[in-house]
Amino acid sequence: MSELVAAEDVLLFVNAAVTATGQREFRSSAAEQRLSLAFLHAYVRVNYRPLYAACLALDINDHNAALVVEQLLRTPGEAGDGEGRLVAARLARMAPQRVYRLFRTLREAGVNNRRTRAIMREWLAARPDPALDAVKYRPGVKAALKHAHLPPADAETGDFLFAPGRRARYANRTLEAYRRAHFAEEALYELPFTAAEGFAARHGVDRAVFLERIAPRMTRLERLRSERAAGRAAGASDLAVMPLTRLALYVLALPFAERAARRAELTGALRAAARRAAGPYAGSWGRVAAVLDDSFSSSGSGVKRRRPLAVALGCHFLLEALAAPGAYAGLWTSGGTDPLLVRPYGPTPLGLRILDALDGRPERLVVVSDGWDNAPPGLAGEVLRVWRSRLDPERRTAAVHVNPVYDAGAFDVRRLGPSVPAVGIRDAEDLPALVEIAGFAEGRTGLTELRAYLDRRVADFLAGHEKGAGR
Amino acid sequence: MTRIDLTGLGVRAAQVWGGIRLVPLVREEPVAGLRLRREVYDAPGLAVDGSGGDAVDVGDGTVLTSYVPHGFVADWSGSGREEAAYGTRLGDGPAAVVPVRAPHHRLAKRRRGERRLRFLPLHLALDGYLSLHFGGPTVLWEEWSRQALRRGLSPRAEAAYAGVDVPGLAEALRVFEVHPGQCGVLVYAADALAAAFVVPHPEDYRLLHPTLVEDLYGELVHQYAHYGAPVPEFTARIRDGAGGVRDLADLRAAAREQERRWAVAHDGLMARDLLETPYAFERAYRMGSFSLYRFLPPFLRDGREQHIGELITDRKGRTAYLKTFRLSDAQVRRGYLLRRLASCDWHPGRTAEALGVSGEELVRRIRSAGFGALLDAHGLARAARASREG
Repeated sequence: MSELVAAEDVLLFVNAAVTATGQREFRSSAAEQRLSLAFLHAYVRVNYRPLYAACLALDINDHNAALVVEQLLRTPGEAGDGEGRLVAARLARMAPQRVYRLFRTLREAGVNNRRTRAIMREWLAARPDPALDAVKYRPGVKAALKHAHLPPADAETGDFLFAPGRRARYANRTLEAYRRAHFAEEALYELPFTAAEGFAARHGVDRAVFLERIAPRMTRLERLRSERAAGRAAGASDLAVMPLTRLALYVLALPFAERAARRAELTGALRAAARRAAGPYAGSWGRVAAVLDDSFSSSGSGVKRRRPLAVALGCHFLLEALAAPGAYAGLWTSGGTDPLLVRPYGPTPLGLRILDALDGRPERLVVVSDGWDNAPPGLAGEVLRVWRSRLDPERRTAAVHVNPVYDAGAFDVRRLGPSVPAVGIRDAEDLPALVEIAGFAEGRTGLTELRAYLDRRVADFLAGHEKGAGR
Repeated sequence: MTRIDLTGLGVRAAQVWGGIRLVPLVREEPVAGLRLRREVYDAPGLAVDGSGGDAVDVGDGTVLTSYVPHGFVADWSGSGREEAAYGTRLGDGPAAVVPVRAPHHRLAKRRRGERRLRFLPLHLALDGYLSLHFGGPTVLWEEWSRQALRRGLSPRAEAAYAGVDVPGLAEALRVFEVHPGQCGVLVYAADALAAAFVVPHPEDYRLLHPTLVEDLYGELVHQYAHYGAPVPEFTARIRDGAGGVRDLADLRAAAREQERRWAVAHDGLMARDLLETPYAFERAYRMGSFSLYRFLPPFLRDGREQHIGELITDRKGRTAYLKTFRLSDAQVRRGYLLRRLASCDWHPGRTAEALGVSGEELVRRIRSAGFGALLDAHGLARAARASREG
C-alpha cells in the first residue's frame, strides 16, 4: 500500500514539476501557484529524497529544476549518492541566466556548504567565455564569485568585475568593447544584444538602425522577437530550426489574415518540427485520435499567453507525425477543423468530443486539455469510465490525458476521472516520453517499476552529460 | 402579460466558480431587428479646473461627483450600420455622448429622429421600485405627519452593491467560458438567483458580458456570496448498470440525456421563482415592434424570490432583453407594507386590521421599515388614547 502511495506522490510531483512555472494561470494567481509548489517540493524532498533528486533527469521545466537544486543544496546533511553529479549535469543544461539567479538565491539564503561551492566552481569553470558572462550577467557573476570565494577566470575579468577603473584598456575584445562603448558608438555592436541595448539608448541610436546592425550578435529568440517587433516576417531559416511548441506559439501570435496568407509555409514548418520531435517513433502509433482543447481557458494568462492552446496545436502536428499515415483524427472542442486558425473561444464540451473520437475506434486516444470539462461538467470522465468498463474492457484503446496547466488547489494537474491517467505537459515535443510515464499513472505498476524507470532515465541523462562534457 | 417568457433561449450546463454559479442561456437564432450595445459615458473626471460639468465643487475642497459606468443603446433600425462595438466611442469626442445627468430626468432617452433608445441598465426597474406609492398618504389621517402629505416618501433611497464588491463575482465572470450563440446568463450566488441578463444577439452578449461586474446587486446577494460556501458542480452521471449501455450510440444518447435533464431541472427548480411569479408589467416605451417594460413582483411574503427588472419584448411577447435585480427580504417587506397601506387608503387602523396585527405592531413595522418620518407622534398618542378609551 505504502508503495502505491509513494509512486502516486512521485508521479504527482513530476506532473507539477513539468507544468508549474510559478506564474499566473488562467484560473489561479502566481502567489497560489508558488505557495502550492513550495509545499510540494518540501513534501517530496523530505519523504522521497532519492526520487526527488532523480526527477532532475526527467523533462521537468527549468523553474522546477532550479527549485530542486536549491532544495537539495540547502539540505546537504540528508544527501544521498550521486546527487552532486545529477545537479551538475542539470545545471550544465540550464540557461545561464537561470543558473546565476539560482546562485543568487543560494547566496541570499546563506547556503554556502562545500558541495554548493564545488558545484559553483565547476559550473563557472565550464563556461565557454567568462568575459562574455562578465559583460552580460555582470551582477550574477560577481555574486557567484564572491559567494563561493572563487578567483575570477583571469586577471582582466577580475579587474573588470571588481576594480573597473584600474585598467586603461583590456586585451580581451569583449571587455574592451564594453569599455569603449561608453563613449564610442561603434563599439557597442561588438557586445551582446542585452548589454548593447542600454548603450544604444545612451547614444540615442535609432532603434531600427540598431536592430539592423546588432542582428548578428543576437540569440535566436532575440532575433525572433525583434523581427516581429520591427514588423518583418521571421526568416524561413529560423522557422525551420524552431522547436515545435515555440513554433506553435509563434503561429498563434500571428493575426488570422497572416496565418491564412502564409498557410503553406507555416504548416510546412510545423510538420517538419513535428517530424523532428517524433524522431524514431514517427508513424509507429497506429490509429490515433486526439481531442484538443481550444476553449476560452486555453488562452492562458497574461504571462503565459495561449500556452495551453500552443501545446494543443503542437500535439496536433506531433500526433499526426506519430500516427500511421492517414490514420490520425484531431478533434477540437470548438468543432473547428482548421488547426492553423484556432482561437481560444467557447466552452469545453470534452465528453461529446471524446465520443466523436471513439467513433473511429482508435488504438490510442490522447486528450489535450486543462481538465476543466464544463459542458456538461464531468461528462468526459463518465464517458471514459463507461467506455472502459462496458464497451472496451479488453483495453483495445489506450487513453491518456495530457494537461498543460497545474492546478494549485489540487497539487496536481486536474484529472478527468480515475479511469484515465493524467500527465502534465509543458512542451508538446515531450509527448512520447510522457505517455510512457502515463503508464505508471494508471496505478497498476508499483514503486519498483517506477524506480527502475527513473534509474534508467538517470543513467541516460548522466551518460549524455558525460559525453557532452568529453566532447 | 404577467410572466417572463424565455421562449427561444436554451439552458446550457452551469459553470461554477466558488460560490457563484453562472447558467448560460443560448439562442438558436438571434432576435432580428434589435441590437443592444454599450455606451461608455464620459468619465466625469474630478473636475478641479471646473471644466467638467458634472462635478460640483462645494468650496471647501470637497468635490461631489457622480459616476455612471455605462448605458445601453437599443437600436431597432435594422440598418446594420451601427455595429455593436464597445469602445468605438472613446475616440469620438464628446459630441456623441449623452450628458451624464440626462438619465436622471428621463428614464430612457431617444434622440430626435433616431431609431435608437438610450437607457441605463436597471435604472427603469429601480425607479419603478423606488417610486412605489411615492406620493405617500392620500388622506391625512391623524397618525401621519403633515410632511408626509406634502412631500410623500421623498427622499426615498435603497442601498445596493456594485458587482466588484460581491466576493468572487468578478473572478467567476472572468473565467466564464462564453458559449457560441449565448445571449444571456443567470447569476446564482450560493444557489440563490441573483440576477438574470438577456440580450438579443450573441455578439452583443460577448461585449456586454464584462458589464455584469459593474451592475447593481442587492444586499442579499452580497451576503450570500460573502458567507456562502463554494457550491458543488452538478456533474454528469451515466447509469450503466444491467445492460444500460451496449454500444457507442447508447453512450451518446445517455450523454445527451444528461444535458436535457439539467435543462429541465434548472427551469423547474432553480429558476422557478423568476419564471412563474406573476409580475405587474408597465410599458415604458414602445420602439417599433418592440416594447420596453419594467416589472414589479407581487410583494408577497411567502418566502419566494422577488425580482424587479426591465425587459424588452418583441410583438409576440418573447424576451429580447431582460435585466433583473433581486430584492432582499427587507426590501420586499417595505414594498409589501406600502402596498398594504395604499390598499387601505393609508388608514393605519384599517391596515392593522387587514394585516391582523395590533396598531402598535403596525407602527413598529413602519418605523423599522424606515418610514418613521411619516408618522406624527402627537397623532399617534391621540389615536392610542382614543382606542384605549373607546
